[in-house]
Order: sequence, then C-alpha cells, then structure tokens
Amino acid sequence: MNLSDFILTLPIITLLVWALLLLVVDLWVPKGRKGIVAALAALGLAVTMGVTLSQSGGSGLAFQNMIIVDGFAVYLNVLYLVSGLVVVALSHDYLKRMNLERGEFYPLMFFSIAGMMLVTQAYNLIMVFLALEFLSIPLYVLAGLARERPESEESSLKYFLLGTFSSAFVLYGIALIFGATATTSLALIIERVGQGALNLPLFIAGAALMLVGFAFKLAAVPFHEWAPDVYQGAPTPVSSFMAVAVKAAGVAVLLRVFLTAFPSLAAEMAPLGWGIAALTMLIGNLLAIAQTNLKRLLAYSSISHGGYLLMAFVAYGNPQVAGQAVAAMLFYLLAYTLTTFGAWAVVISVEQNDYQGLELDDYAGLGLKYPWLGVAMLVFMLSLTGIPLTMGFWGKLFLFRATVDAGYVELALIGLLSSLISAYYYLRVVVMMFMRSGEPRIRRDGWLSLVAVGSALAVVGLSLLPNQILQMAAQAILSLQ
Amino acid sequence: MFEDYLPLLVILALAVLIGFIVVLLGVLFGPRRPTPRKMAPYESGMVPYGPGRRRMSVRYYLIAVLFILFDIEVVFVVSWAVVLRKLGTLGLLGMLVFLVVLEVAHLYAWKKGALEWD
Repeated sequence: MNLSDFILTLPIITLLVWALLLLVVDLWVPKGRKGIVAALAALGLAVTMGVTLSQSGGSGLAFQNMIIVDGFAVYLNVLYLVSGLVVVALSHDYLKRMNLERGEFYPLMFFSIAGMMLVTQAYNLIMVFLALEFLSIPLYVLAGLARERPESEESSLKYFLLGTFSSAFVLYGIALIFGATATTSLALIIERVGQGALNLPLFIAGAALMLVGFAFKLAAVPFHEWAPDVYQGAPTPVSSFMAVAVKAAGVAVLLRVFLTAFPSLAAEMAPLGWGIAALTMLIGNLLAIAQTNLKRLLAYSSISHGGYLLMAFVAYGNPQVAGQAVAAMLFYLLAYTLTTFGAWAVVISVEQNDYQGLELDDYAGLGLKYPWLGVAMLVFMLSLTGIPLTMGFWGKLFLFRATVDAGYVELALIGLLSSLISAYYYLRVVVMMFMRSGEPRIRRDGWLSLVAVGSALAVVGLSLLPNQILQMAAQAILSLQ
Repeated sequence: MFEDYLPLLVILALAVLIGFIVVLLGVLFGPRRPTPRKMAPYESGMVPYGPGRRRMSVRYYLIAVLFILFDIEVVFVVSWAVVLRKLGTLGLLGMLVFLVVLEVAHLYAWKKGALEWD
C-alpha cells in the first residue's frame, strides 16, 4: 500500500468522503432549506468528475492488483457521475413535493455510484462481489424511500430478495472459478488458463453462474421479472437511476470479467449470450406493448435495451470485432443514458403529487398544450425506437454492424425485428400526445425542464457527429484487452 | 477422499438411530397418565399467559441495530489493539479512518434522536 494506490483510487475516495460529509451536514440543515444539500451533492459529483477526468489517458493497478484504472473505467465513471448529476436535478423538486426530503437520499446515491465505479474497476473477483453489494445495498434503501406507500415497500423488498438471490449466484460462480484455477485475480486466471492448469468443467460452470448473476442485475430475460415492479414502486428519480446507471454498471462488470478473464470461454459463452440477448430484445419489447403505465412501459423498454447492449457481449470472443463491439456498446450506453433520462424527466413532470398521472391516457393532448415537453418526448421516443437524426439510431447502427461483422447476422435481424415491434408502443405515446385531445396537467420545475430539453438537444445535436464519439469510445477501450 | 469422512457418516447414523430408539422405548414401555399441567409446553416453568406474539416497541430494533454497529466496532478495535505495535503508523492511520467513519454513524444516530428512548 503506497501513495500511488490512493492517487489511482482518488475519485472513489473523494466521492465517499463527500458522501460522509453530506450525511453530517444534512443533520444541521433545517427542513425547508434542503436545497443546500442538493447543491452540495451536485458540487461533490462535479468535483469527483474533475478528479476522474484528470485520470483519462492514464492507466494502472492499485492495491495489489485489486483495482484497475483504464480508459474503459474512466469513460464509464464519467457516465455514472453524469447520471448522478441528472438524478440530483430530477429529484430535488420531486422529493420536496412528495414529502420525501430525507437527508439520506444523496449520500445513499453517492455510495451506490462509488459501488458502480468500483465494480467497473474491479480486477479481482472478490472485489467484483464486494463492489456489486456496495452498489446494490443503497439501492434497496432508495427503492423503499417512500416508505408510507406499500408499493414502494414492495419494490424495495422485491429488489432486495432478488438482488441477494443473484448475488448468491455470482458468489457461487466465484467459488467454482476459485476451485478451478486456485485464484480470484483476473490477471492470474487468464495466466492459469493459458497454462492449461485448470479444471475446465468447473471453470465453465463458474463462468455460467456468474453470467446468470450479472443477467439478474441487468434485468435480462429470463431474469427480468423484478424490473417492472421495482421501477413502478420506487420513487421515479430512483427508477431512472436504476434504469440507466445500474444497467451500465451491469454491462461494465460483465464485459470486464468476461473480456479480461474468460476470453478462452467465448465459444461456450457465445450461444448463451446469443440466446439471452435475442430473448431479452424480443420479450422486453413484446411485453412493453401491453403496458399502459408509463413507468412500467419504460421498465420493459429498459429491459429490451439491455438486450441490445448484450449484443456486444456475444461478439466478445472474436478478437477482430471485440473492440469494435465494445466501442459500439459504449456509444449505445451514452445514447441510452441521454434518451432515457430525458424520457424519465417527462414522466416526472407529468406525475402528480398523489402518484397519479402515470397512465398513458394522462398524456393525451400533452404535445398540444405544452409543445416544448411534447417535442422533447417525441425526440426521446424516436431515439429509443432508433429513427435517424437521433443518437439512438447511430447506437443501433453501430451495434448491429459490429454484430454482423462478427458473423451473427440472425441476431442483428432479431434486433431489427424487435426495433420494429418497439416502434408500436413508442409511437403510441407520441400519438397520444399529439393526436388526442385531453387536459394534461404537469408540474413546472426549472431543473426538470432543463433535463428534458437539454437531453433532447443533446440527443439530436450529438447525432450529427457520431463518428467522433465512436472514436472517443474506441480510444477509451484500447487498453481493455 | 470421501472414505475419510465415512466415520462421520457412521456417527451421524448412530446418533439418529439411538435418538429414535430411546424415544421409541419411552413410548412403548412408559406409563402415561396425562394431566393438563403435564401437557403444557414448559412443564416445570412458569404458568404461560397471553398469546406468544406480543407487539414489541419498535425502539428495541433500533437499539439492536445500534448495538450491532458498535459491537462489531469493538471486534475490530480489540484485534487491532493486540498487534498495534507491529502495524506501525500505517495501522494507526487505518484505524483512525475507521473510527472517523464510525463517528459519522454515531453523530448521525445521535442527531436523529436514535439514542433517546422517547
């Protein structure tokens, strides 16, 4: 343990120290002036982002090869921190009007983000497990933040039970891999595999169990059942945080572990990944058609987008296309983050103080009465479908291209087909907003509008320079393999 | 490898068997003259009263959680104190960090009124 260890982990340390300070400061901030805490939280995330960005370009190992810093981690860490900032903007007004203004909210979110950063940078299976728990436990509490509501309690309990269940899968997988290779270090595992000094069936079983555990976290079919109920019951900003940041962390840890430690298993894992990705895309989109509640609709939508992201995982074993696939995945994550947060911001605007206003009918006439919000939502729905002139289009294009290059033409076709299915329910929202008359009511809040309009502008604006962003993502992952 | 554990299995089987035999002997040959007092769950204890599921004040849970927090702290601090001299400055700093984090928890519990009974 020396100074360089602490310098490499400085972003995480900053975030954690800030979270502890925030927890203490909140105790002396009187009720009614909690805006101070929100501002301090945003400041903390911005400071951490600065520290993280100062690491870009560099790479290294810390704490006896427990933690790795590389471009992949920096890219995703920035994504988590941006998500955190957006959630602060989304939740400040929401927490006040729902009477949920508890000081624990921001520190818990900080802890969860620190867990995400750790899980992305973990270079040892023990660290992977610890970081996954560190990421999840604050989320169980956040899901139950509105504890007077049975729905919120249900959400918290469901998430807790299935989360611990999936953690058990990951842990058992780690135990089997330790049994097969006698190490938990990702670097040593690949070394042992290279020497052929391992028990192969045990190794495959361990990797498959870890895949199941990660698929739970990602809400990939057939491990997706919890997601709609949890997203529906949790306070809406927390749902948006789970839909974006947790999913990104799940994909990150999946790729980190499988790309660094198990490239030799690609032949065994590719059919599994193929099946999970295809099922997730199709079933997520098919079930979303039946939803009338916007929160559930977005939950199923996020499940299906998890399937698209998993397409990058299928191609991971082919060294020629793995880099391209992962870069496409990082691009898709950025597009998904911007679009999804925007859509959730609109949902929060329309949600009423009594938790009503979440049904599709409540959106009737929204686009006519509030054109700004309506057009923003239109952009998000088009981007989620994958229509040109949006980030979502380029994300799907790059992902499908990488999948075809890897030789999985059928999977790309299934992706295309499920995008067609998704057009039905995304465009139904648009039809509701612009072609039905109704008396929509919205909550006016500057920060909410800023997130909605800002993300809409980013979704359209950044789609004009897709290749530069893809290049940036490709730069980020150069050191991954 | 599994042969090493065979004696364990034998002991397990014997334990179960002997338990069964003893209870069976009692059932077969013992005299049975039940009275209500003898049928009570705790025959030699206090006379039971009221239902078993009474409501407890939620404060007990709070106290229990806080107890666990500070009890585990003692586990770490005692084991640290035993090897304090060998750990040197780094060990001292590590424990300081741990105690600061714990103090934040203490401050939080205190200010939230978790340490007040009423």
